Amino acid sequence: MSVGQDRLPGIGRAFIATARRDLLLSIRQPGDVLNPIVFFLMVSTLFPLAVGPDGDTLLRIGPGVTWVAALLALLLSLNSLFVLDHADGSLDQLLLSPQPLPVIALGKSLAHWLVSGLPLVLLSPFVAMSYKMPSEIAGVLMASVFLGTIALSLIGATGAALTVGLHRGTTLLSLLLLPLAMPILIFGARTVSLAVDGEDFAGGLYFLGAYAVGALALTPFATAAALRISSE
Amino acid sequence: MTHSFSANALRVFKGERCLFAGLEFAIESGQLLALRGANGSGKTSLLRALAGLAEFDEGTVHWDGQAVHPRNQEFRTQLTWYGHQAGFKGDLTAAENLEFESVLRRQSRRSVSDVLASLGLKRQAALPTRALSAGQQRRAALARLVLSETPLWVMDEPFTNLDVDGKKQINAMLDEHLSNGGLAVVASHETLALSAPVVELTIE
Repeated sequence: MSVGQDRLPGIGRAFIATARRDLLLSIRQPGDVLNPIVFFLMVSTLFPLAVGPDGDTLLRIGPGVTWVAALLALLLSLNSLFVLDHADGSLDQLLLSPQPLPVIALGKSLAHWLVSGLPLVLLSPFVAMSYKMPSEIAGVLMASVFLGTIALSLIGATGAALTVGLHRGTTLLSLLLLPLAMPILIFGARTVSLAVDGEDFAGGLYFLGAYAVGALALTPFATAAALRISSE
Repeated sequence: MTHSFSANALRVFKGERCLFAGLEFAIESGQLLALRGANGSGKTSLLRALAGLAEFDEGTVHWDGQAVHPRNQEFRTQLTWYGHQAGFKGDLTAAENLEFESVLRRQSRRSVSDVLASLGLKRQAALPTRALSAGQQRRAALARLVLSETPLWVMDEPFTNLDVDGKKQINAMLDEHLSNGGLAVVASHETLALSAPVVELTIE
């Protein structure tokens, strides 16, 4: 039965092609990508306007508010990760490919992070300015959002795969993900707060890094299994 | 190389309802299994389970005499799925869709544009698939069968939305596939106009 394996492209090509396909789809339909980014910018920049220009207060609430906005923006973008592929039947073709499904799932997660996570990382220094954070602290914020969004994208893919067959699974998806996303929110916001207070913040970044690496190693397999279950 | 595809004592539940039990069939290279049955009798569920998109509650499937779990990775190199949805991303052109899928499968010796042209979609090649009519999308999905070059085709209601010409084309494609030693499992309400032997299976 090994006839036909010979001409199957390698998993590296399958990974890149999947990521490329999803990136191309995001470029063709930019509205879906922009929604969460605009949401992030609006929430995080409206707070300083509502709270007032007092520098101390802004510095105190800044890390928490920015992190909550980033978390919610990413959760918003997750629902469409597999739902659209499920609706048009292309998910069936992905599931029936002889290529390993975890590799395909990882390719989709990479594309998702590039269009939904990376913009939050790049915008976070500008948000930091509206909270009067010094530039060193903007760097810490960027690093924490960088590591945190990688973990969230990966964990979110598993949640999105579990809820793909359900109608209006958005609420359930958020409920499923919140317990797993809580540590990211707590450590992400706390890391930046510690940096604001001038204390040692490296531990928080190490934790976020470990969380992201753990998610990278485990979630593609969980996502693949979840996709197979929910496609029945 | 000849292949055989058989199943025995298949049982599938949909929710709490048993769709069928004790179902069996056997086909080999050059044969087509035609699934008949009223709407809602479980044809699509059976096809999805045979293709490995769903699981059987009971029973075994054999490919080339060996019991295969439908989710077996090697078994997936042997089959192409032609579902009742075209399975294309609407924002990409048919060619972009098929080029992407060529990475998911064995490489074909034929080029995507040649195959699309042979299916009468040359002029539509640069359009996103959402701009194609339902029938044209189904035609583009036929290209998948040609490009994948697998011995087993699993087709769910292949004639839906197709014009007289398209139906003829499917019959011709099936005849060619079967005469080259291929196998097919087809669920359809229409009569197949084939010269190849057809094994009928009715789901009650």
